[in-house]
Amino acid sequence: MSKEELKAYLELTFPTCKFENSIDFPMLIVEKEHFFAIAKQLKEEPATNFDFLFCQTAVDYTTRFEVVYHLTSTQYRHDLVVKVLLEDRENPVTESVYSLWKAAELYENEIFDLFGIRFLNHPNLRRIMLGADWPGYPLRKDYSDEFILTPQS
Amino acid sequence: MEVPNKLIPVEDAPGEFVINVGPQHPSTHGVLRLRVKLDGEQILDIEPHLGYIHRGIEKMSESLGYKQFIYLTSRMDYLSAHMNNQACSLIIEKGLQIEIPERAKVIRLLMIELQRLASHQLWWGSAGLDMGAVSPFFFAFREREQILEIFEETCGTRLTMNYITPGGVMNDLHPTFVKTVKTLIKQFKENIHEYDKLLTGNIIFQKRTQDVGVLSKELAISLGATGPVGRASGISCDVRKLHPYDGYEKLDFKEIVMTKGDSFTRYLVRIEEMKQSMHIIDQLIDNIPEGDCRVKTKAVIRLPEGEYYQRVETARGELGVYIVSDGNKSPYRIKYRTPNFSNLGALQYIAKGSKIGDLVAIMATLDLIIPDIDR
Amino acid sequence: MIGFKEITIWIHQALSGLMSPGLVVVSEALIVGLSMIMLVVLMAVAMIYMERKVAGFMQLRLGPMRVGLWGSMQAFADVLKLLLKECLTPNGADKFLFGLAPFIVLVVSFLALAPFSFAPGLQMWDLNIGVLYVSAVSSIGVIGILMAGWSSNNKYSLLGAMRSGAQIVSYELSAGLSIIAIVIMCGSLSIHDIILSQSDGWWIFKGHLPAMFAFVVFVIASTAELNRAPFDLAEAEQELTAGFHTEYSGMQFAMFFLAEYTNMFIVSMIGATVFLGGWMPFHVYGFEMFNNIMDYIPSVIWFFGKTFFILFLIMWFRWTFPRMRIDQLLKLEWKYLLPLSIINIVIAAFITIMGWHF
Repeated sequence: MSKEELKAYLELTFPTCKFENSIDFPMLIVEKEHFFAIAKQLKEEPATNFDFLFCQTAVDYTTRFEVVYHLTSTQYRHDLVVKVLLEDRENPVTESVYSLWKAAELYENEIFDLFGIRFLNHPNLRRIMLGADWPGYPLRKDYSDEFILTPQS
Repeated sequence: MEVPNKLIPVEDAPGEFVINVGPQHPSTHGVLRLRVKLDGEQILDIEPHLGYIHRGIEKMSESLGYKQFIYLTSRMDYLSAHMNNQACSLIIEKGLQIEIPERAKVIRLLMIELQRLASHQLWWGSAGLDMGAVSPFFFAFREREQILEIFEETCGTRLTMNYITPGGVMNDLHPTFVKTVKTLIKQFKENIHEYDKLLTGNIIFQKRTQDVGVLSKELAISLGATGPVGRASGISCDVRKLHPYDGYEKLDFKEIVMTKGDSFTRYLVRIEEMKQSMHIIDQLIDNIPEGDCRVKTKAVIRLPEGEYYQRVETARGELGVYIVSDGNKSPYRIKYRTPNFSNLGALQYIAKGSKIGDLVAIMATLDLIIPDIDR
Repeated sequence: MIGFKEITIWIHQALSGLMSPGLVVVSEALIVGLSMIMLVVLMAVAMIYMERKVAGFMQLRLGPMRVGLWGSMQAFADVLKLLLKECLTPNGADKFLFGLAPFIVLVVSFLALAPFSFAPGLQMWDLNIGVLYVSAVSSIGVIGILMAGWSSNNKYSLLGAMRSGAQIVSYELSAGLSIIAIVIMCGSLSIHDIILSQSDGWWIFKGHLPAMFAFVVFVIASTAELNRAPFDLAEAEQELTAGFHTEYSGMQFAMFFLAEYTNMFIVSMIGATVFLGGWMPFHVYGFEMFNNIMDYIPSVIWFFGKTFFILFLIMWFRWTFPRMRIDQLLKLEWKYLLPLSIINIVIAAFITIMGWHF
């Protein structure tokens, strides 16, 4: 499906979600509670068939976290960005998508390591890069330690 | 659901034999620690531990200007340095909506394909070295050395070039560029038959890589494997064909997709890709258009607010750059979707059940570059 | 030319005139021992240089060029470096076995040198079971390797030693059986007799099919016994970081190194003796003029020429082939080489009975 067709289809199927547009991909903003069901539907629906998770990351907007999923379909070659908003900064938790896309295992480990966002139902959640005893989560905007030389703009 | 609140240290269960492959190991192509659980010679489980070369490139880029952070990217997958720079340059050009001159596009493609050849040559040499055949390493470096000298003449350095910038390329080609490249390609085309006989046709090499580390198509799609790893398992994922950039849509080249998915297939895919790269260079080298090599950009670039994503095909797979911009001089968040990160995920699934000797064969054909994984 | 027999008789008589018979034996043993050590050291130096130069030329480069003329002093420089290094014993290693292992491996290699004949009259010990003795003694080396792997307190060393032990024990069978094919045709286990029986042609030509096949099997099996590529899984740098001798440094490592090269030398000597005629020049049955001309080249040159030819073959393999996996290696031996060697012996016996060899 092309970008407009995809947007129209998604607006029909998920009336509760918000849409945004970027230069590249249509974006679907999803509430945390509905996220896993929507992701499952996006993957298994034959009309969309989003079977390839090619990027998963998190962004720290100082009041909230956003976990961003970039999906594509190897069959239809259309792309989609799904975003999940996490309002709780002290204890951000969301559902893991490992059971849908195995690529998520390493992506979610990295997000947990650098942002501190925990994922439920992950097979082996660990601090994969920094080690178990690193204090703090470096990619957060309020992170600071004695080694940072350049100030945050 | 139970969420792990503290990390439980992993201990050896009685009867388990755990060895650490790495971080300093001759065959892991970088500093990667694999915790391998063994039962005699058979591998039961692999757990990768990263971070030995984590330099915080993403965090650093948040405090650098848009023209400065490109310099850090050459050091991610240093064997595809031109491609990394190109990804960043393209995303900035997309954001500022700049059109670069035709000459710059052709020069970029030439450099990219030469870089792909050099990267695959080093991979071929070290694949032979990991298998125990020492001589192919020297033969591979014969050609790679000439390519690096071509880079040095035009770009100034051999490994981390920073030659492709937003707006075009840094400076124009060296006067002897066309002649040197033509001699190189002619010699390479003759030598590639030697390489085929030395390793591809060698029965010991074939026995060690055939049916070893089979990655099925469904698993490859689920893991997000791209590049030669994905194409050897049957996924058609060449970004140069699917989302062409910088003039790839005008070129005639084949996308090499094979279905078997074992180590030998991954090897064959890369050999064929080398031949396709030579074909692309042949089409471009005689038709470099005249003109400027660069368009002037502002001294301090500010990308308009929003999100951007750009994909390129490096020697190892699809590199994605994701920038979130809030209109300032530095990007608000940069994420590099590196091909080696997803290909590493494949290692755990395809190496279970094989022997330690197979682990080396699998790592050799997965062609991982660890600084790319750790960033 | 003065034959070696005259020289040895002259030395014996000179010594007997000077000392009591007991002391004569001791001093002769000393002379022989020292000259053997000199020979081994010189051969090791020559082989190290040859290996590096051969490797260099096969890889489009020159090899060592700086130390001495054309790099000839490189081996001495390496030995000097190894002498000056500290011999570390890792924490938790079994100290006695750790120190003993290199000695066992080295002593075994020296022991196996005893029955070889370098020229007519130049032989240390003419055993009537010379070939069997060499095979038997070189198998003791496995114990040294296993000891080294076990006592190092290192998982990698243990893995390497286990692999190496399995490999050596398996390939001894094929190596032994291929020599037996020639022994059947010749009729004697004594090295002197085997060489003399080749005065009308080398066994590899006289014994035609079974002998040529046995030669091929012998070269393959010996490369495997030496732990050299393509069978060098035990010390595969890329997989196990040097296997059973990972933890050794300095002179102890040099002893393993020296033992490997001495074993290479021994294996080439067996091949040269049993298949290619030892010190016997290249004679063709019936061509007397040709045979006389061939006799002008001294026997020592013939012997070392053949030995170096087989050494070159073994070195050539190392720089051409990738290495095999342990299960493929063992499969090659137990499923292919061993049955074929047994069939080969049966054919050789049959040919001997029918008198169909030359």
